[in-house]
Amino acid sequence: MTARKKFGSASLTTATWVIAILFVFPLLWMVLTSFKQEADAYTDPPRVVFSPTLSQFAGIIERGFLPYLANSTFVTVISTLIVLVLGVPAAFALSLAPVPKTSNVLGFFLSTKMLPVVAAIIPLYVIAQKTQLLDNVWALVILYTAMNLPLAIWMMRSFFLEVPTEMMEAGRVDGARLPTLLSKVILPVVAPGIAATALICVIFSWTEFFYAVNLTAARAGTVPVFLVGFITSEGLYWAQLAAAALLASLPVMIVGWVAQNHLVRGLSMGAVK
Amino acid sequence: MTAVAPPSLRAGRHTTTKTAPRSSTTAWARRAPLLPALIFTIVVTQIPFLVTVFYSFQSWNLVRPGSQHFVGLQNYIDVFADSQFRTAMLNTVVLTVVCVLVALLLGLGLAVLLDRKFTGRGVVRTLLITPFLILPAAGALLWKTTMFDPTYGLLNFVFGGNTDWLSEFPLGSVMAQVVWQWTPFMMLLLLAGLQSQPKDVLEAASVDGAGRWRTFVSITLPHLSRYLQLATLLGAIYIVNSFDAIFLMTQGGPGTASTNLPYYIYQRAFQGFDIGQSSAMGVVVVILTLIVATFALRLMFRTFDVSGRK
Repeated sequence: MTARKKFGSASLTTATWVIAILFVFPLLWMVLTSFKQEADAYTDPPRVVFSPTLSQFAGIIERGFLPYLANSTFVTVISTLIVLVLGVPAAFALSLAPVPKTSNVLGFFLSTKMLPVVAAIIPLYVIAQKTQLLDNVWALVILYTAMNLPLAIWMMRSFFLEVPTEMMEAGRVDGARLPTLLSKVILPVVAPGIAATALICVIFSWTEFFYAVNLTAARAGTVPVFLVGFITSEGLYWAQLAAAALLASLPVMIVGWVAQNHLVRGLSMGAVK
Repeated sequence: MTAVAPPSLRAGRHTTTKTAPRSSTTAWARRAPLLPALIFTIVVTQIPFLVTVFYSFQSWNLVRPGSQHFVGLQNYIDVFADSQFRTAMLNTVVLTVVCVLVALLLGLGLAVLLDRKFTGRGVVRTLLITPFLILPAAGALLWKTTMFDPTYGLLNFVFGGNTDWLSEFPLGSVMAQVVWQWTPFMMLLLLAGLQSQPKDVLEAASVDGAGRWRTFVSITLPHLSRYLQLATLLGAIYIVNSFDAIFLMTQGGPGTASTNLPYYIYQRAFQGFDIGQSSAMGVVVVILTLIVATFALRLMFRTFDVSGRK
């Protein structure tokens, strides 16, 4: 019985591993392809053994990948910082010191996530054109801040709610004023939550495609915009495409792996802990 | 999970302090920390939409400068008479419903597999969430080339034949990519649900002689229902806006076979430059979304802890 159980468990483990590897196979293949020469990238049958090269990565840099990378980094970092500056006080005002009609405000923030982005893109384009914000990184900074703010507020609020009431009261009884209460009592508890929220915002800003493609081009384009160049200009540079896809995704992959325990909380806006 | 354990209380240090009568903070002082975020969000998300509504009553094509004039409901009449719009709407519904359901089922399967201790569980979980983490644009291009290519793609290598997936099954191919991208999300959410099950109930069931399947159906699934609802809702919110995969893999084609509403509106606005009509479509989409969202919001509020502290 135990032997059978053990065998069953081992085969289940093997099955899980096989399924997982099959599932991510397209990605593993991408990594493999990024180290190929173009001639090895499209062969029939697909080639697994080849002499690896870094020339594709060099090729991408030559194609001007770095400015796009810089734009992505700038937009992501700045918009995430603004989200925190606006979002932390708001989350506080919706949790520990709740304003009147808190649930209406929360509902409003949530409803903005349900508004299809496509419904606003035309005025945004026209406004950006009139205000010199077309193909300008600041347009993306503003839009990504608005895109992530509701999510961040909901998520951080769920962390704020975890601050034990007794701590707040103890602090208050101590006669601590609000700034002290914030920095000494609340912040240490919610800091990991704020960090997790920031990571989620980073992921969403980095991967955003719709605004980036419609509002930016060569000057302010972000990493996804660079990838679009692969469908429009040149058809079949698979190895270079794989290298570009890998380089473009690597930052968020790392951030996501680090923040994987918070991913669900971020995506569910704090509903699932 | 990051430990958010309650730190030791500073009890005993405040025995002498008098309980200062809290100065009656005005409601506005309380609102102050909220206002910047609220105003910013209203300005950036609501005003453009109001402008969309305004544009939707105009005839305005960017190619003909000075052509802008008021046409009342004409754009809306055109939108409802537009068979391509209806196709796009149908595709949107099919894409959203099928992708959410399939991703949910696959995600549930993977979550169940991961909800036990085994060698390398952390690694497997990390592997499985990675499709969700790569750039959607990168994922779409990756599938378009290395998977779906008729000559050199892996799918045809594995299954034989030389199917041109993207032109024979455009919507199906797009959906495969979207499902692949979103399954990890469903898995993570449902895994969180599985792991929040009280262990003693499961043990009691096993002691009572309930089989694994029986336990799953009568204990685990009811427990998961809240998570399944949430996963459906959130998945739908994100997937209904799918744009990257269609833009990069099929360009909505062949014809309008894989055009969804976001892509169609994009085409009308940025390739047809028809501001008036694409705005009207945007408004219609918002109204449809509002209908679904009203229902969804109610569900969210039941699911989320909105009332504040428990």
